[in-house]
Amino acid sequence: MADARKDWSFHGGVHLDDHKAESTGQPVRRLPIPDRLTLPLHQHIGLSAEPVVRVGDLVKKGQLVAQASDYVSASIHAPTSGRVVGIGPQAVPHPSGLYDACIVIESDGKDAWTDLPEPMTDYATLPTADLRERIRWAGIVGLGGAAFPTAVKVNTSGQRPIDTLVINAAECEPYITCDDMLMREQAADVVEGIGILRHLVGARQCLIGIEDNKPEAAEALRQALSTKADTGTEVVVIPTLYPSGGEKQLIRLLTGREVPSHGLPAAVGVLCQNVATAVAVADAVLRGRPLIERVITVTGRGVRQPGNFRVAIGSAADFVIAQSGGYSDAVRQLILGGPMMGFAMQHDQVPVTKATNCLLAAAQDEVPAHPAERPCIRCGECVKVCPAQLLPQQIFWHARAHDFDKAQDYHLFDCIECGCCAYVCPAHIPLVHYYRFAKTEIWAQEREREKSDLARRRHEARVARIERLEQERKARLRQKKEALEQKSGDSAADPKKAAIEAAMRRVAAKKAAQPPEPETPGGE
Amino acid sequence: MQFATGSSPHLAGPQSVTRVMALVLLALVPGTLAMLWYFGWGLLINLAIAVITAVVAEAAILLLRGRPVAATLIDLSAVVTAWLLALALPPLLPWWQTVLGTTFAIVIAKQLFGGIGFNPFNPAMAGYVLLLVSFPVTMTRWLPPEVLSGNLPSLADSLHMIFSGTPPAGQTWDVISGATPLDQMRTELSQNRMISEIHKSPLWGDFGGRGWEWVGNWFLLGGLFMIWRRVISWRIPASMLGALLLVAGLFWAIDPETHPFPAFHLFSGGAILGAFFIATDPVSASTTPRGQLIYGALIGVLVFIIRTWGGYPDAVAFSVLLLNMAAPTIDYYTQPRIFGQRKSNDA
Repeated sequence: MADARKDWSFHGGVHLDDHKAESTGQPVRRLPIPDRLTLPLHQHIGLSAEPVVRVGDLVKKGQLVAQASDYVSASIHAPTSGRVVGIGPQAVPHPSGLYDACIVIESDGKDAWTDLPEPMTDYATLPTADLRERIRWAGIVGLGGAAFPTAVKVNTSGQRPIDTLVINAAECEPYITCDDMLMREQAADVVEGIGILRHLVGARQCLIGIEDNKPEAAEALRQALSTKADTGTEVVVIPTLYPSGGEKQLIRLLTGREVPSHGLPAAVGVLCQNVATAVAVADAVLRGRPLIERVITVTGRGVRQPGNFRVAIGSAADFVIAQSGGYSDAVRQLILGGPMMGFAMQHDQVPVTKATNCLLAAAQDEVPAHPAERPCIRCGECVKVCPAQLLPQQIFWHARAHDFDKAQDYHLFDCIECGCCAYVCPAHIPLVHYYRFAKTEIWAQEREREKSDLARRRHEARVARIERLEQERKARLRQKKEALEQKSGDSAADPKKAAIEAAMRRVAAKKAAQPPEPETPGGE
Repeated sequence: MQFATGSSPHLAGPQSVTRVMALVLLALVPGTLAMLWYFGWGLLINLAIAVITAVVAEAAILLLRGRPVAATLIDLSAVVTAWLLALALPPLLPWWQTVLGTTFAIVIAKQLFGGIGFNPFNPAMAGYVLLLVSFPVTMTRWLPPEVLSGNLPSLADSLHMIFSGTPPAGQTWDVISGATPLDQMRTELSQNRMISEIHKSPLWGDFGGRGWEWVGNWFLLGGLFMIWRRVISWRIPASMLGALLLVAGLFWAIDPETHPFPAFHLFSGGAILGAFFIATDPVSASTTPRGQLIYGALIGVLVFIIRTWGGYPDAVAFSVLLLNMAAPTIDYYTQPRIFGQRKSNDA
């Protein structure tokens, strides 16, 4: 079966040294809970969560501290018991280095659980809406790094039916091994999570896509599947080629289906979830546990003891690094995520969030400083490696010239920012940087346009209103004038007749006044 | 603790412009050695003059433009331009013409448009065409290959001829120089001679001009090396040579007595060198996969048209420059289908 699928491939991609072995030597180690935990209210795609605790409140482990504020949002729970000591801006893991609203909890050291909801072991008999509600309650987001709320992603009602669940176990970025270790150690939980997800979306089959540099993990999954008598779930080993773990690339590799440009996998009947997300779903449904910890990889020659650690969400990066042996003298960069798509932090005083899969403390020889940018020679290497089949050099050309319409004509927004183009560029152009710049500029322009459209509509409405008021005023004046002229003419002719007419006018006016006065349009 | 920042990806591959250009130069070596073997010292002297001129001219204009000099020269693109131009020049061209052509290529055709990456035309071919239209006599005064003449001018004679512009004492240009096979073919066909008659001349080798055909083979080897090392794609050379063969084959099939055998077109003049080293200049060529096929094929067709009915014996330079002009338009209309743009046939 797996052999038949090997025919599928995606365009481009690059072969990278995977550097996985450095961090897979030891089993996953649970780190102690630090004295302070910092929980950003915005650590997922969508709106920030709304705090439901106040400064000074005592919280238990697993207690809800911030509620999803919108359909696309995710709740946040206390990773340990303690006291809320602050709600306000703190340094968050974001390339801008800016501060964002966070709940800060001081641990009481007891790590005492709150009352958790009942396990839903008989999930197959429960309505899917209840299961989705549980996932939503647990604050689960995609743990592969995108952090999109899972409850939203699995709500496939009103879309094309899902026939295939794709589990993303590719972990194609170099250095990162947290999914690898999770599969080796918790294959049974992965399989349980898959069962729940398949039930949720009614998928007839499940394909687990895993790169061929993780044979132990693939074997562990096969073992777990064989004991479960699970049918229709299959481990598909794919060649190691970055970025095979891109959602659209993986779906293409496993099913041969191409997710439409600007479309969702549901358009081709597929739902894609990361392995760690599947485990979090199993924890929430079968054990009633919210998402308050995760496995992260700490690696690179910049740390003394690379490995994988189970970390309370909100633990500071410097705490995690210190617990894993501390920095070595070689450290040059601290990258959140992998070396291809992660972002470099200025400092390590930032918390681990749900989206953090890796802390890469890289040495000079691992991530050398970028050589100086040279002019593009249009060699087309970027075209050969682009997994979205774009013309990166054309988008670059237009982005550089601030010609954003043209950049969009060349499908700027289909770029997944995987970095293959910049990796192979002989002129060392930071292409992804140009694309991000262009995207941000276009978003800013759109916001500007919306603002100016609103201002224009308001201005037009105002001009129309002034015009109308002016016309009404003139009309009233004209009426008054006519009335006066008539009056003076009539009274001069015959005072008696004039008196009768005046009386009749009064009656008519009275009559007209009886029904509610016709609404004068406008007014302030 | 403070760390270095930077935009992702944080990894960079081993490729660099210098490396690409160095591979091109390496690929030029076998063909260049073959030309030296058949045409002697003159080519080597031209090569030296052109390379020195190119580097000096590029450095000077970079200084004038206030651009980094060393960082730009190290990309070796000026050397590649000079080298290609020198290969296209007659071996005994007066030195100042080589200097003029190279300076024009670097200063006007390349740097005034913005330098590497911004030149719409292939600089080497721009320099060549300038010389060809300005100095038609010296630019068509080729040496007969060594296999024909039996002796080549000595180093001293070559230096004398190049730097004085006059033939050695007691000799005339007519004795020393000879027409290229393409030129010969043109002249004799215009005198209404039959191909079978022309082929009896000692100028003809197994499938092209004697000497010339082997030079073409060595450049072919270098070209295949570049494809193997992924410096160039196969598309432009294959479509250019394929189209040239096809059109030449068609006319040859119609009338073999007035149209030479297709291989003659391939292995005479600059077809092979042009297909692998000149038409593939990435800056001025088409970059989309389908665009490259169209671009190459049109060059091939134009080469045949200009060689057969045009005013010049060889046509690679004109054809490449004409298609350089068309490349942006070709690219615009041959954008590849992007991932997910049209639904593929699902499994």
